[in-house]
Amino acid sequence: MIQLSAVKKAFNQGRPNEYWALHGIDLAIEAGRVTALRGPSGSGKTTLLTLIGCLARPTSGRVRLKGEDISGLPERFLTEIRRQTFGFIFQQFNLIKGLSALENVILPAFPTGRPRTELVEKAEALFEQLKLGHRAAAKVEWLSGGEQQRVAIARALINDPAVIIADEPTANLDTALAKEFMAILEGFTAAGKTVLLTSHDPLVVESSAVHRVVGMRDGRLVDA
Amino acid sequence: MHPWLEKQRHLIDFTLAALARRKAKNIGLLAAYALLVFVLASLALFTQALRKEASFVLAASPEVIVQRMVAGRHDLIPPGYLEKIGRLRGVQKQEGRLWGYYYDPVVRANYTFMARPAEEVASGSIMLGATLARARGLQPGNLISFRSYAGKLFSFKVAALLSPDSELLAADLVLLSEDDFRAFFDYPAGHYTDIALSVANPQEVRNIAAKLANALPDSRPILREEVLRTYQSIFDWREGIVLTVLAGAILAFALLAWDKASGLSAEEKREIGILKAIGWETGDVIRMKLWEGVLVSLTAFLLGFVAAYIHVFYFGAAIFKPVLQGWAVLYPSFTLAPAVDGLQVATLAFFTIFPYSAAVLVPIWRAATTDPDAVMR
Amino acid sequence: MPRPSTFATLLLGAAGLAFAASLLDAVRLGTARQPSRNERRALVDKLGLTDLALFTEARYTRHPSQADLHSALQDHPAAFDHFPTGALLAPPPHLTAPYASLAGKTASPD
Repeated sequence: MIQLSAVKKAFNQGRPNEYWALHGIDLAIEAGRVTALRGPSGSGKTTLLTLIGCLARPTSGRVRLKGEDISGLPERFLTEIRRQTFGFIFQQFNLIKGLSALENVILPAFPTGRPRTELVEKAEALFEQLKLGHRAAAKVEWLSGGEQQRVAIARALINDPAVIIADEPTANLDTALAKEFMAILEGFTAAGKTVLLTSHDPLVVESSAVHRVVGMRDGRLVDA
Repeated sequence: MHPWLEKQRHLIDFTLAALARRKAKNIGLLAAYALLVFVLASLALFTQALRKEASFVLAASPEVIVQRMVAGRHDLIPPGYLEKIGRLRGVQKQEGRLWGYYYDPVVRANYTFMARPAEEVASGSIMLGATLARARGLQPGNLISFRSYAGKLFSFKVAALLSPDSELLAADLVLLSEDDFRAFFDYPAGHYTDIALSVANPQEVRNIAAKLANALPDSRPILREEVLRTYQSIFDWREGIVLTVLAGAILAFALLAWDKASGLSAEEKREIGILKAIGWETGDVIRMKLWEGVLVSLTAFLLGFVAAYIHVFYFGAAIFKPVLQGWAVLYPSFTLAPAVDGLQVATLAFFTIFPYSAAVLVPIWRAATTDPDAVMR
Repeated sequence: MPRPSTFATLLLGAAGLAFAASLLDAVRLGTARQPSRNERRALVDKLGLTDLALFTEARYTRHPSQADLHSALQDHPAAFDHFPTGALLAPPPHLTAPYASLAGKTASPD
């Protein structure tokens, strides 16, 4: 589904603090499966995630989505693809403070111009699924860590994306909540969604919900 | 509903929800902005209305007023002057005017005394402007005494008051008979203060003024068009006093605008990054911010303008009264007829909405155009 | 609590209506206040008035169109205006125009 060819990424190119995060990655992500990237911090996992998810463009190399080359696309098309295809769950959740859970969840759908009633309906359905129904109107800073993560998950799902990308999803959760998260992951697979996540939590990497583990070190793939 | 329209509503929803997080601050900002617009619009409306009033009302002034100058100062018109003018063609009517100033120590006000023909005011009677009457608490039938500059006391009976509608013109007028005037001011017999000429043909006025200058070299004719032009430049921003009135508001506002334009906090940058990461394009972020700028400034403009309109035309521009009155004791009470200049309103609207929206937009430009991957870190 | 954009639209709509109403009212008031304006004009005609009685502080502010060249400088040529309203009223244009007749040719030789 997603293919990377000789992808390299550098930061601060041309300046004295030039830093190459990725040194030529060749990777194929299968559709409908859960793929985990594992490696120490600084290995380039997060950078790889941003490139796959169209948050940034590779310095060189190609990223293909369903056969189509997306690395060279102008920003507008890239954003549209990102919105339709990918749902992000950030490590820090990155919810907008001061807004309610509901408002946060429907936010990614705003540029699509879908009617608000439709969005609210969808959001409430997601809240039901994630057992957040009673917290829809609460401001996100008042939610617990687990609730915040579930709001982040709901937000990632509002546009019905085919691919879910999660960066260190269990880093801020206790074991019980982490297990709950893995159950949600299995739900994604059952729904036919592709999942790509990074983690160095053994609970995640060794879980049966994860179909493939890819190791990374110093910006290169290594055998897991 | 059309997707584009729905999308704009979504963007507005978000920007208002974001503003609502600091309700007090943002409502304060709106109020301050509306206040600034209020003061500026009040000034513009008031000035415009007053100018139109002057140009309409003073269009009935005498076409030429002839003054006599001696060593750069006004001097009286001597006997025989009138006759010298008499032979000029085109002059329909000419009359010597008798008027002067009187300082009333009782209320510390300046009055303008004017002599009128016997049909209007009988000897021993006076007619007063309504403002003056109010200041001295006088009604028709009352008696009042003035001490002349020579020290003698003169008593007059108030025959009538001039209409309150005319306060703008007659606030400080005291009309009395010619004999009383001359006796009160010890005015030399046969002399006049100046001469008012009526000229039938407006095109002729300048020629007559030229002829006057030749016939009477020590005269100084003042044409009606010059009188009217005086009032077209009323309230021009000559010295700082008008600006001082605004300075407080302008300063407060400049501080707010500077605060906005001086860049984003880390929190604001992060939020824009989040929006981009979850699927908003650069254009969406910019549009959303533009809505914020336009909504706030447009609301401020509309509210400020309407308040200014009501202030000037229903409350007589009460806020400017202390500035206009200055050290004077008499200040006329008057209601102006609205004269709304479309261009002025449009200019005010433009300068209210455009700079503020730009100030809101400029700092987010950089943040809105950066790639959202920074959010992942 | 209605949707924020609805609330904003309503508020803005109300403000816009008030604005339009004020413009219409300006026309209405203009007509309504015309009779008293006509009266004032008639008074000017009758009494031969030349100035508005707005600033009764000093001679040159009370009758600005009649002021002579030196009114504002009574005590000293460089003295500031004594009166606050002197700052609101610019010198009449016909005062600051050059006195051409003083520089003009004379009819008879000197």
